[in-house]
Amino acid sequence: MIELISAARCTGCNICVAACPTNVFASSLSGPPVIARQADCQTCFMCELYCPEDALYVAPAAGAPLGLASEADAPLPLGTYRAAIGWTPATAANRSVDAMHAVLSAK
Amino acid sequence: MGFSSFAPSGLHLTCDVLVLGGGPAGTWAAFEAARTGARVVLADKGFCGTSGATAPSGTSIWYVEPDPKLRAAAIVSREALGGFLADRAWSARVLETTHAALHELGARGYPFPVDGAGNPIRVSLQGPEYMRLMRKLAKGAGVRILDHSPALELLVDEAGAVAGARGIRRQQGDGWQVDAGAVVIATGGCAFLSRALGCTALTGDGHLMAAEAGADFSGMEFSNAYAIAADFASVTKTLFFKWATFTDEAGEVIPGAASNGGRSVIARHLQKGRVFARLDRADAAMQANMRAAQPNFFLPFDRMGIDPFTDRFPITLHLEGTVRGTGGLRIVDETCATRVPGLYAAGDAATRELICGGFTGGGSHNAAWAVSSGRWAGRAAAEFGRRAPNGRVRRGAGTAGLRDAGARPFDPAEAARTVVGEVHPFDRNYFRTEEGLTRSLDRLDSQWARLTASAPADGTNVLRAREAAAMTAVARWMYRSGLARTESRGMHRRIDHAAADPAQRHLLTAAGLTEVSVSHRPAPPLAADAAEQRSSEGIAA
Repeated sequence: MIELISAARCTGCNICVAACPTNVFASSLSGPPVIARQADCQTCFMCELYCPEDALYVAPAAGAPLGLASEADAPLPLGTYRAAIGWTPATAANRSVDAMHAVLSAK
Repeated sequence: MGFSSFAPSGLHLTCDVLVLGGGPAGTWAAFEAARTGARVVLADKGFCGTSGATAPSGTSIWYVEPDPKLRAAAIVSREALGGFLADRAWSARVLETTHAALHELGARGYPFPVDGAGNPIRVSLQGPEYMRLMRKLAKGAGVRILDHSPALELLVDEAGAVAGARGIRRQQGDGWQVDAGAVVIATGGCAFLSRALGCTALTGDGHLMAAEAGADFSGMEFSNAYAIAADFASVTKTLFFKWATFTDEAGEVIPGAASNGGRSVIARHLQKGRVFARLDRADAAMQANMRAAQPNFFLPFDRMGIDPFTDRFPITLHLEGTVRGTGGLRIVDETCATRVPGLYAAGDAATRELICGGFTGGGSHNAAWAVSSGRWAGRAAAEFGRRAPNGRVRRGAGTAGLRDAGARPFDPAEAARTVVGEVHPFDRNYFRTEEGLTRSLDRLDSQWARLTASAPADGTNVLRAREAAAMTAVARWMYRSGLARTESRGMHRRIDHAAADPAQRHLLTAAGLTEVSVSHRPAPPLAADAAEQRSSEGIAA
């Protein structure tokens, strides 16, 4: 589930507040949004994709938080998923990479 | 009945078509309706573009080139699995409509991969990319999108026709009401709060609202799909477990365990202890293909420091209910109309028996059905909605959680726990028996009676209250249908009736809230070649 909002990276744009399908975030008047309803997180990773600053980290465990306190606790750099699907300028070529046809046709 | 508990202060809109749900079916319905010139509002429980089971995942889609032989083979190939309940004419319509839709998606900017000759390969869609584009297309066609705006009840006119809906705006803290000429229910299936990817919001809300307006259901016994996932993770991708070796706690291979045709063996083992998987049958090339096909599948593993190709990891089965089951709102004609005037159904909320019978895998047919039923429902709702009379008197059709019928409101969390306790366990839902289903129905029926004899939920609890009521209602249609089908067919598996019964090759209709009734209708006629296949292979069980 969602565990981190990097205060250093977040610009307070509140896109995550809008984009989260289960309304987990709440905007705050000063600074980054807050994880207001963490238990409602469905671990879908969509907030990471919509964050233009790679300021969010969704931990892999769906049942309970792992207790990550800061970006340094994340095992991988923030933003790896957005890069993988081609939603960063540098990785845009990945948008049309989809080998599902090869998986489907394998015997 | 007393008064509704929530005043629809806030936003009040009028339009021709109101679409409830912003996944693939809802966005296609809204896009299609708006393109005919209709005024369209789409209300999503979450955010249209990220909501639902498709957006966070990747999906194959049932796309077959318009070669009559290929199309016929594609249709016939799944008939046995579905228990010979699907309809070939509907399947052909879906293949045709989906084919056209995917070509249009490509033309409008969907980045399909290309083959060596530079031709687009249109057999799969990446959820985030697909749903971002669908939101853009709907908005571009003039659809007004209300995000974070769950509907709570339908509005009906004096004649009983559906004429809008109302709900709440979670981020504004007020309500909305949309007076519409017609409504499309595209709220998805019901997965009963399981952790299956993207399913949290899929609690059968649209099923309940439609039933309160008088709609009925078909195929609700086909509602016990379970998907394989790492036990710590949300990401379900049963397809990839085709390359898995399944082992027990001691590391011994579990005989017969497989993602397809051996999932019940896994369920049996999970009743006794842990089950592990390792995708050790994928070679280096396939590993690379899997990563390029589904980056999201690997997120939980990479972040846990697990290599799923070389490490053993514990697995579980997440209930997918009717999200991947085939039961849903009964459709009465080719426009995807329900039996209630002004009310249409599309996607997972509608029955998928027409093209799948009693079984589907992930994606593929489900994705094609969402596209096709969405387009048909959107077009028909636009036509109906534009002709709807002005000045109708509307009233809310909602029941449990909304109307004043008792001294105090019920506890939504407790009600939800009760339903989950009846539908998640394998010994109740996966392996069904008359005794188990009857015992569950006793509890679910008395819960429904309790919920409808309560005071309305207050503002902060009303959504959770309606979700709990919806799940209770859906579970009752499921189990009443499962009790009536005294055989095993499609995904419906009765331990006390393990074989298919040729006399029950029919469709079940479930209806009602206070009392649930189940009746049967004839299945489509069996084609001569299907009959042949049936006798040579035996009916799917």
